[in-house]
Amino acid sequence: MLTSVRNWLDERFDWAALTAPLRKKTVPVHQLSYWYFLGGITLFLFGIQVGTGILLLLYYRPSANEAFESVQYIMTRVQFGWLVRSIHSWAANLMIFTAVCHMFSVLFLRAYRKPRELTWVSGMILLFLAMGFGFSGYLLPWNTLAFFATKVGTEIAGQVPIIGRPLMVFLRGGEEVTGATLTRFFGFHVAVLPGITTLLVLLHLALIQRFGISVPPHVESQWKAHPDESREMHFLPNFLLRELMAWYIALGVLGALAALSPWGLGTKADPFAPAPAGIKPEWYFMFMFQTLKLIPAKIWRLDGEVVGILLFGVAGVIWSLLPFLERDGKGRSRRWILGAGIFALAYMASMTVYGYVAK
Amino acid sequence: MASTVVSDAGPTRRRVVELFLGGGLLASLISFAYPVLWYLVPPPVADLGGDEVVAAKVGDLKPSSAKIFRFGNRPGLLLRTAEGEYRALSATCTHLSCTVQYRSDLHEIWCACHNGLYDLNGRNVSGPPPRPLENYQVHVRGDDLVVSRKREV
Repeated sequence: MLTSVRNWLDERFDWAALTAPLRKKTVPVHQLSYWYFLGGITLFLFGIQVGTGILLLLYYRPSANEAFESVQYIMTRVQFGWLVRSIHSWAANLMIFTAVCHMFSVLFLRAYRKPRELTWVSGMILLFLAMGFGFSGYLLPWNTLAFFATKVGTEIAGQVPIIGRPLMVFLRGGEEVTGATLTRFFGFHVAVLPGITTLLVLLHLALIQRFGISVPPHVESQWKAHPDESREMHFLPNFLLRELMAWYIALGVLGALAALSPWGLGTKADPFAPAPAGIKPEWYFMFMFQTLKLIPAKIWRLDGEVVGILLFGVAGVIWSLLPFLERDGKGRSRRWILGAGIFALAYMASMTVYGYVAK
Repeated sequence: MASTVVSDAGPTRRRVVELFLGGGLLASLISFAYPVLWYLVPPPVADLGGDEVVAAKVGDLKPSSAKIFRFGNRPGLLLRTAEGEYRALSATCTHLSCTVQYRSDLHEIWCACHNGLYDLNGRNVSGPPPRPLENYQVHVRGDDLVVSRKREV
């Protein structure tokens, strides 16, 4: 049966020629090969998000009067609704986590170097899009934490000089965070971001397919000296089967987290209640939140938070363009980038921990 | 000679056609983009409540307590000091717009989001807030506590 379908396709589309690049694709094998799984796991989690997101759309209602109640309905009345929503929330967090790990692994294995500069840039944009997904999706249950997180987050966008204020009004759908904001964020979350993300994921994958998988420089030079030591495996089926095992493990972790620690809902947002004590953002915004908390009110003659926001913005842009800062074969720029990577990782990790420990 | 005229005329005519085509395309793009861009700008919301609002009844607040009231589209904070005096301020933190609260244990106004503190006059005393909270006037009118914006001097 399967062979006859394949023959039928082959006769019409030359299936063998179409899939030839995939069958020819190989993956280098060395002791750091495990890091290659992270991008694939992120892609898998994105697929989970699309699936569970569509399921949530069947019951969710995007208005200030109904959003909280509809999520409550999903979690209490709809069969397995609690599981679907819990998986969506957990997978969102895991996806950001694996994407960040993937980014740092690419950085430390120096996989971003020529000719893969644009693969890095597209990956960085995808990471920012994932954070946009997180930020817009966080508001949708319309609970107190989400309300204030959105208020602060959009206010931060509003602090950017010149374009900040119109940007904030555009994001909020008005001067304040209201039901209009919820409607907009819903549109971003289910239409705008998925569309852009899907296109960029395809580009990211096409670039990886085009350039092949990077071999870390020290392994590459070792293989050049001793060509008989170089090893690689076929992508189809050898690497893909291993990757599928990694996906299975990811699914297991996800299912366990979602079932054993279902995502809470909190209390319904009240625009005329004070921000609750102990309010915190999602963990992946924590290092920025903690920095904004520590920055003094005034730095020289500028508002502290404006300085902080501008610094984070500039750092984000430089980070996205990192491969272009490394000149061919210049050891100094390479060490500089390695140092910046270690510093960024240490800074983000310590600020995140500090944010959770500090009152 | 004839051939040079032809070869000159060719590109020139082509350029004219390209100009018209390109100009037409650009004009239609702009005519699509213009309404879309304006569509993205939300229409202004009327600030209901204007400059004056009944925030509470006399006797609603015990000394050293406070409540949030609606002042137009934004929250305001009406507080009664330990001495019994009424004060009204904007409840929107000047740092990143969270809603502040009165802390009876500190006798200060606190923002939970980034740990900003204001004194009871709304002056930013510690933490990240860059500016004081806006002060409003409180009048007692019959049974009502009426809050109004301070007149510009």
